[in-house]
This record gives sequence, structure tokens and C-alpha cells, in this order.
Amino acid sequence: MIQANQLRKSYRTKRRRQTTTVDAVRGVDLSVTEGEIFGFLGPNGAGKTTTLRMLATLLDPDGGQAHIAGVDLRANPAGVRAVIGYVAQGGGTWDEVSAREELVLQGRMHGLSKAEAQQRTHAALQAFQLDEYGDRWCKTYSGGQRRRLDIALGVIHRPKVLFLDEPTAGLDPQSRAHMWEEVRRLRSEGMTVFLTTHYLDEADALCDRIAIIDYGRIVAEGTPEELKRDISGDVVMIGLDEPTTRAEEVLKDKRYVLKLESVGETGLRLYVDAGETAIPHVMRELNDNGITLSTIALHRPSLDDVFLTKTGRSLRES
Amino acid sequence: MKLLRDTWLLYQRQLLLMWRSPIWLFFALAQPVTYLFLFAPFLQKALLPMGASTIQDAYNIYVPGLLVVMCFYTGLFAGFGLVAELRMGILERARVTPISRSALLLGRAARDVTAMLIQCALITILSVPFGLTVPLPNLLVAYALLTIIGLMAAAISYDIALTIKNENALGSLLNSIGQPIALLAGVLLPLAIAPVWIQKLALANPFSWATNSVRALFWGSLTDPVVWQGTLIVSVLAVVTVLLSVRLYSRNIR
Repeated sequence: MIQANQLRKSYRTKRRRQTTTVDAVRGVDLSVTEGEIFGFLGPNGAGKTTTLRMLATLLDPDGGQAHIAGVDLRANPAGVRAVIGYVAQGGGTWDEVSAREELVLQGRMHGLSKAEAQQRTHAALQAFQLDEYGDRWCKTYSGGQRRRLDIALGVIHRPKVLFLDEPTAGLDPQSRAHMWEEVRRLRSEGMTVFLTTHYLDEADALCDRIAIIDYGRIVAEGTPEELKRDISGDVVMIGLDEPTTRAEEVLKDKRYVLKLESVGETGLRLYVDAGETAIPHVMRELNDNGITLSTIALHRPSLDDVFLTKTGRSLRES
Repeated sequence: MKLLRDTWLLYQRQLLLMWRSPIWLFFALAQPVTYLFLFAPFLQKALLPMGASTIQDAYNIYVPGLLVVMCFYTGLFAGFGLVAELRMGILERARVTPISRSALLLGRAARDVTAMLIQCALITILSVPFGLTVPLPNLLVAYALLTIIGLMAAAISYDIALTIKNENALGSLLNSIGQPIALLAGVLLPLAIAPVWIQKLALANPFSWATNSVRALFWGSLTDPVVWQGTLIVSVLAVVTVLLSVRLYSRNIR
């Protein structure tokens, strides 16, 4: 549904008469299939929004190509606009206008007749659970209501592909969960959703597939499970009451221990395939040898570990 | 056809917004009304050389200038609304729809012109108790001319706004170009009582021609050559500036 090859964009900034070129996006390849929720994960400034804006016809790429629903992005941006919806990070409505009025206008900007726009507005307000507030002014809306309205505006013309820029940034947990539900509902209606996020849990829980972008390049792509499996298995952390030498001796040749590292004087880190089956073995083994465990913990790799492995930095730090 | 439909669509929205927060009218009128009440009354003596022998004559000379400067400034500050909409993300939302790019600008411009005409009508009505008298046909022609003046000022403002896109810089820039143009158009005092070199300089100012035309209309002479001359000059420039800003806009807003 979305095919991008080597998309590039750089900005020129002038400061003290010196022109510096910032390569925001340096050759992005993407392939998103129909009916998929595709997440674009990366720290702020990694090039997520720039890529999204290029795909949504708002920015001209400097190089590369893209097709959206089979339409050539660079040759026929108007054709692309007919099949996509785009929801920016924020804003986009006037303060003193109601959601109903905004939705009707949006439908009419897409060329619908007045009656048709009104009919779809009615349906959209119900679908997004906004009918209760449909006639209140946009400036009175809560964060979650605003975002639902933004998305309703983005899909009033029933696009094949929906672009969402940071759909849950700044929302409280409940509104975020509500938002995820809305996105899943749109997918179940056959829409392909492309969203950017810098929340790891969002990419993990909501997206069918993700691409991780850093410094304008894609560093990893796949389902969240694939990505996590790729970097390593689970990690079992154990703490002892004595130096680790004896424990290392006991555990190092065990079949289920892939790798073993000591942490400080009395800590051990065991890399294993599946933590939940390794833990009983470890405990029994140490017990049988008279070694007392003081702590044991299971650590599952997160997307943050994926990011750390691929870029050498933690996403939370950047 | 699509352009007309789209422009009408956005014009309706802009009118709705204007209707919902009518406070703009108060701010727009505060200054002209102050001038009307506190400045115009002592003009009678100053305007004697122009043939103002009564207070009514003074108002007939002063009010047209006031209307011109009001349209000029309302138009000149129209760029602010545009920058605000850019910042609010309204234009970005519109840009991913197939709506006509020119309509986005023209719908706004139509709103700004409507606001000007409402202001003009109110000031005209407020001046009647002071003795302003103007034949209805002349008044209508004058309003048409004022519309063109305002449209031209708005187009210039859009051009500047689209180029610098910064509300703070926009304010001081517009003020510094607005002031000399307004003074050289003889909006406060007629240029007929100005030094000769200023009169010559004013010949190069289209707004000065426009002011003279509107003043002639209010003075009662529909056939004064300055009326068609001023109208022609302003119309040509308005077409050029509007086309320019539509082009600039379409390129910026794609």
C-alpha cells in the first residue's frame, strides 16, 4: 500500500551567514502492506515527521520515489491526496467552531455535497463517540476529544491510507488506550494506518510492524516480536550471598544458558532462550550445590533494547 | 467553477468565525471613532483653504480620508490572520485535501473585505449626525473603490506575511510601511494644503489617487476626472497584487 525507495530530504539553515545543510531523511526504504498498522519509531528529530510529511504530499522529497496505493507520489500528488488522510501532531481546527461544523467543512473540502458531508459527519461523530459534544466549540475539548476529532477529520473522505503524526503524544493513559482502540477499529474497516511515535509501548502494543529510524535512516524493521527476538533471548539476573565463582562453575555448561556474565562481585547475568523455563532449572541447580540465592529477576528484551543494540543509545535517553 | 465553489465554502466559514467573535469590530472601530469625534471637529479652520466653510464641509472632506485609511490599515493587517492560520495548522489540514489553493486565499480576502465594508458603513452612519451628506450613487461608487483599495492592501499584506511568516516582525514592518503611505495619501489632511514637493511625491502613491477619488465622490462630483483616474490606477494595481499573492500562496501552500 505504501512503497518508498530511498526517500531523501535535507534542510538548509542559515546562521551567522553560514549555510549548513541538515540531512533530515537520508534514504528511507519502506514497504507497508494493506490493512496494516505500521509504526515509525524513533527519537525526536530522527526524521519521522519529515518522512511522514513527504509521504502525505506536504513536503517535496529531494530524492527517491514513493507510491501510495499505486499512485506515484512525485508525479501525481493530487492523486495521492485523494486516497490518503493526514492528521498532524496538533491543531488544525478553529477555536470557535463546533466539531460538527469542522467535519462538514472537511467533507466539503474533499468535494462532497452538503447532504453527503452532513450524513458522514453524523456517522463520524457517533463512531468516534463525539456526538455528545458535537455542537460544542473545539476550544472546550479535552485532549482526548481533540485527538478523536482530529482523526475523524482525517478520515471523513474514507481514505485508503491514514497518516497519523504522534497520535497519542501528551494524552493521559486512558485517552491513549481509547485512541488505540480507534486506530484498531479503522484498521478493521480496511484502512492502512501509518503512524509515528516515540513511545515504545505504543509501537509494541498497537503496531503490526514497525520501522526504527535514527538520524534519518532506518536501522531496523519488522514485527515487534521479530525485532526483539533478533537481538537476544531473555536475561535472568541473579544475586548471591557469596562471590560468583562457584555459581559460574555450576551454570556455565548448562544447555539452556547461552551466555553468562558476572555483574559486580555477587551478581550474574544469564542469557537464555526462554526465561520462564530457565528459572526453575537455575534455582534447582544452585540449591543442589548448596549455593544460596538472594535475588532472581527475569528481564525480557524491549524495543528499547532493540534500539540500544542498533544505535548504541537508549531511546529513553535520546 | 470549482474555484468559485471552494472560495464560497471558505468565505462562509470565515464569516461564521467573524460572527462568533464580534470583538474585532470594537477594536477595528475604536480608533476611527476617536478620530471622528476628537479630531474632525477642529478641522474646519484647517480645511478653509479647501473650501470648507462649515463643519459639514469639514466632515465631507475628512470622512473619506478616514474611510480610506481604515480600509488601508485593515487590509494591511490582514496578513496577521493568515499567519495565525498557518501557525494553527489550519492550512496544513486544508493542504492535504483537493481544495483549490487560490480559494483558501480568496475566501480569506473576501472576509477581510467584508469586514472593511461593515466598518465603512458604520463610520458613514456615525458621521451623518455631524452633517455628512453624500448622494447615494456616489456613496456606492466610493464603497466599490474602497473595496478595491482594501483588497489591494490585503494582497500586499499577504505577500509580506507569506514571505516573512513571523507575526512579530510583521507588525513593525507593516507599521513602518503603512505610515508613510497613509500620510502621503493625504488621509488626515488633504494634500492640497501640503508643500509642493510632498504633493509631487504623492503623485507616485496610488493610495493618494484613491483618496482623492473617494474625496471627490463625497464632495459630490461623480464626474471629476480624478474619480476614473484613481479607480483605474487602483484597479490595475489590485489585480496585479492579488494575482501575485495567489501565485505566491499557491507556491508556498501547494
